[in-house]
Amino acid sequence: MPTKPNALSQLLRAFCFSPPAPLSGGGKSRSFALRAFCLLPFAFCLLLLGCTRSDPPADLVLVNGAEPDSLDPAIISTQTEMRIVKALFEGLTRLEGKNATAEPAIAHRWDMSPDGSIYTFHLRTNAVWSTGQPITAEDVVWSWRRALDPMTGAEYASQLFFIKGAEDYSTGKTNAATGKPFTPEDIAVRALDPHTLRVELIGPTAFFLDLCAFPTLAVVPRFWIEKHGDRWLLQQPVPTSGTYTLEFWRLNDRVRLRRNARHWDAANIRSELVDFLPIKSSTTALNLYETGAADVIWDKNLVPNELMDVLGKRPDCHKFDYLGTYFFRFNVKRKPFTDVRVRKAFALAVDRQKLVNKITRSGETPTSHFTPKGMGVYEPPDGWGYDPEQARKLLAEAGFPGGKDFPPFHYLFKTDKLDEQVGVELQEIWRKELGVKMELRAMEPKVYYSAQSALDYDLSRSSWIGDYNDPNTFLDMFMAGNGNNRTGWSNPAYDNLIRTANLQTDPKKRAALLRQAETLLIRDDLPIVPLWFYAGVNFYDPKKIEGIHANLLDEHPIHTIQKQK
Amino acid sequence: MSYFLKRAAFLFPLLLLISVLAFALLKLAPGGPFDKERAPATAEIKRAIEAKYHLDEPVWQQYLRYIGGVLQGDFGPSFKYRNHTVTDIIAQGLPVSVALGGMAFALSLGIGIPLGFWSAARRGQWGDYTGSFLAILAVCVPALVVGPLLVMGLAIQWRLLPVALWTSPAHVILPTLTLGLYFSGRVARLMREGMLTTLHEQYIVTARAKGLDDTTVLLKHALRIAILPVVSYSGPLLADLLTGSFIVENLFQIPGVGVFMVNSSLNRDYPMVIGLVLLYATLLLVLNLLVDVGYSYLDRRVKYD
Amino acid sequence: MTEEAAASESLSPNQRAWRRFRKNKFASACGVLLVTLLGVILLWPALSSTTVAKAMPGFLSTGLHAPNEHSPELFAPPSGKHWFGTDIHGRDIFSRVIYGARVSLLVGAVGACVSLVIGVLWGAAAGYLGGRWDAWLMRVVDVLYSLPSIIFVIVLITTLHGALDKLQSAGKLTVTMRDTAKFVGLFVGLGAVSWLTMARIVRGQVLSLRTRQFVDASRALGATHTQILFRHILPNITGIIIVYLMLLVPAIILYESFLSYLGLGIQPPQASLGSLIADGAAQINPIRIYWWLLVFPCSVLVSTLLALNFFGDGLRDAFDPRGDR
Repeated sequence: MPTKPNALSQLLRAFCFSPPAPLSGGGKSRSFALRAFCLLPFAFCLLLLGCTRSDPPADLVLVNGAEPDSLDPAIISTQTEMRIVKALFEGLTRLEGKNATAEPAIAHRWDMSPDGSIYTFHLRTNAVWSTGQPITAEDVVWSWRRALDPMTGAEYASQLFFIKGAEDYSTGKTNAATGKPFTPEDIAVRALDPHTLRVELIGPTAFFLDLCAFPTLAVVPRFWIEKHGDRWLLQQPVPTSGTYTLEFWRLNDRVRLRRNARHWDAANIRSELVDFLPIKSSTTALNLYETGAADVIWDKNLVPNELMDVLGKRPDCHKFDYLGTYFFRFNVKRKPFTDVRVRKAFALAVDRQKLVNKITRSGETPTSHFTPKGMGVYEPPDGWGYDPEQARKLLAEAGFPGGKDFPPFHYLFKTDKLDEQVGVELQEIWRKELGVKMELRAMEPKVYYSAQSALDYDLSRSSWIGDYNDPNTFLDMFMAGNGNNRTGWSNPAYDNLIRTANLQTDPKKRAALLRQAETLLIRDDLPIVPLWFYAGVNFYDPKKIEGIHANLLDEHPIHTIQKQK
Repeated sequence: MSYFLKRAAFLFPLLLLISVLAFALLKLAPGGPFDKERAPATAEIKRAIEAKYHLDEPVWQQYLRYIGGVLQGDFGPSFKYRNHTVTDIIAQGLPVSVALGGMAFALSLGIGIPLGFWSAARRGQWGDYTGSFLAILAVCVPALVVGPLLVMGLAIQWRLLPVALWTSPAHVILPTLTLGLYFSGRVARLMREGMLTTLHEQYIVTARAKGLDDTTVLLKHALRIAILPVVSYSGPLLADLLTGSFIVENLFQIPGVGVFMVNSSLNRDYPMVIGLVLLYATLLLVLNLLVDVGYSYLDRRVKYD
Repeated sequence: MTEEAAASESLSPNQRAWRRFRKNKFASACGVLLVTLLGVILLWPALSSTTVAKAMPGFLSTGLHAPNEHSPELFAPPSGKHWFGTDIHGRDIFSRVIYGARVSLLVGAVGACVSLVIGVLWGAAAGYLGGRWDAWLMRVVDVLYSLPSIIFVIVLITTLHGALDKLQSAGKLTVTMRDTAKFVGLFVGLGAVSWLTMARIVRGQVLSLRTRQFVDASRALGATHTQILFRHILPNITGIIIVYLMLLVPAIILYESFLSYLGLGIQPPQASLGSLIADGAAQINPIRIYWWLLVFPCSVLVSTLLALNFFGDGLRDAFDPRGDR
């Protein structure tokens, strides 16, 4: 055979030392080139030295879900972003960690006019930016005007629309009195002196103090933003108003926060360095947690649903009720879903309990109504539960007995394993119960969102997470013209009920009006079918981690959390 | 030399062409950067955002504006990560991807070339079958499977290495292995084939007939020509590896640019996609040029004119 | 060399090659394995059809399931009833693997053919013609290689799907016709992005071969360019072409699963081998592993490709124009 047994060692020798000149000419240059090519790989190994950064270990490592698009309180829109931003930027109030109710933050007290529509906030005199400058009422006015300026692109600007003049300014309406467009000065927020702020609302708003804790209403550093523009969060040191300062933000690596020593409540901030890991894969999250590289997993998407039967029984798994609904939308402009009987038949055919047991497995609550229970005095109405007989009857009445001649239709969802599993189940359920044949259409997220907005679908997977502890956060999205409606459905009676309810001061009467609206939505007209309420799941070792409490909003202020050494 | 200069002169117009095509493709793809699960509060806000990023202008004007910025060294803001510019993101991620990719490249050549050589040298024997078996196994089992298996064994069962993240040299080992093993199989297959072809070359047969030591013949004369297919392949391979691997960066939570290579397309983050395409294209064109030059050095029968 | 060798024996080159191949026990065994695997994968749907199934012995017919049939046994380990176990919906993994393998192997084969035809011709033309032609042809490859393939496929496939869906809802196409057309679109998309490296490798080899003496000799004898290319140059690089094709097949199969995940390929509940493997790989975790979801699809892919490779190696050795053993 052509080689000796020690060919490999010879070969390695040849890689490391100079091969002699080739047999048939060639000269030195070529042998050099060959050697260089063979050595090239090993040269790369030297890169090892300079390629990792060594940061000191953090006191608390949190697995936080997808990478934040932004850390600017006005721009952010997801819960993973808000968790970080709430630690960086505070508003007049903040939510405490036990029951997620508003407590004083930058404002240490406030007065309310008897009718509940005018608030006067008194700001702390010891509230300063992490860089030392005082935080004044002018800063609050500027921050709110900035959030309402369409050029800022704040997707949550509507959180401020309860303030008089805010919506008119943000939507560029013309002031009938002056004949000119509304200006920032028309927004009814005034700094009476550096530490007093007066806010006039369009009417009594029961949840306004909760709203003041929402990131869109947080106070941001004017001097810094005007100096650095869009990149203001990348220029160190970022002045922050919250309990933490931004140590660094490296995309797909981590966001690291450091205790804000100048914060008015600095004495009660319990961890010095906190890392937020932006992780998308549930397996990676679990691996990090199981090997002790992360202390907390707190995103419901970051635990594999298949494992919940085992994980759910462990002492470090903490489940809680949570303001989030998984549902699907009908495109009511497309036949045969224009017929409410067909929509009802589809809702009646689904055994939600079975779906939850089989697929999601985290103890989610099956539901026929859209708003979760437990929001103040509001008691949601019942929608359509599981009744396959009735479903078949309704479908037959609509002209499709046994699913005969039912036109081909599809269920739209974005590419996600859980959504696919739900789609597969629904397909099987409707095939079995109603005899209809549904096509599944997975789409990458951007196509899915644009198709949903453009009503280019038949049925579509949807979910909604409440922004504040009030049914309005679930119900106002289905008003006509709301960008989140996306069903083609509108009902003037519904819009009217929501509007009247939100002007109502008596909580009981308000709840009754909202209940009427929801009855329209999930019992009479049914443009959507609610399936279940998300179950919040947090993973942390209760012996080691202190200061995380279960609450409806999944709200856990970072400064209260501490890891035992 | 003149060949080298001629090719180098073409770099710039080619990059321009690539940017035009990439831009056109992006504009044809459905869905825009600001389509989201939750609509902005009002239609004005969405319009204002789009106006801010000049998405309301005619497409050709957007392109000219963009390419004008690039010529001045400004790759624009990311549409997805609105506090970052494209340059910020690439500057953060590229060193990481280059380090990981470079080492994976070293590993795949370091394993692949000897393995292919060994198989070819023992052609038709069990050594060959074993070598080829390992190489094909590496080719067929995707990184998607190898990565988690390595993590399960080395990081979770035996706790030898960290499971993910990128903070110490120990964090580098598993991703490098996952990526390197996958490509080493490909290199080994190409190397074996190159070697088998070369063994029939006249001058090798002559050298052997002269009674020269087999090892000497194989190592010193055959290897130079046999490595040519690997050299051909290593241009695109290195360009791919240095700009990061989507799967491996995702599996091990590595802050490189590979994740952005795919995600920026999915996010329709136009400036980010074009910035990365230009980066990748520059790397590819330069590497392919170097490979072609190296080619004619290794095999003097190759002439380009 | 070929002529000398042929003259030395009375058999035709093909007969000698065949004889050589059969002597190679290992390659023959792989050939048999490959044929068996392909046979099962391709014929299984027919075998498991109701009429045939009735005639089958009991232990076989209890294991017959449709790939999208749900059963109450969720995540059941392999048993006599479900040979490869079941998944979260209680679907039979065995039948999903079989149906998935049909899709994946078809995708791999078509992608390989596209890259064989376009890639080899393109690369050979560039290498053989050289000079300016080489420069232009290879720059086209560079440009295409630089473009983000995902966006390219997204544009291609969404445009196609949009048009097809419109035709279908206008009643000009049946659902089956539309789905077939979508499937073909996937092939085109995959083929379009997979031939580029092949072209580079072939071009490199041809560059080196075109200056050899035997090419000069045949040119002196009056052979046309096409003849030289197809009779003298390409046969000398079949080895490398086959090897690279074999590298390409698994890559295409996995790329398909990625596209399917993005909603651009096979739509659920249909599976492909690639997507089954991806699902299985997601099951590797420190808590509990449903090993059957990964092991079976993966071993079917690996064993098929291993057999294919060794079979290919054997054929290549046997038909090598310069074969000396």
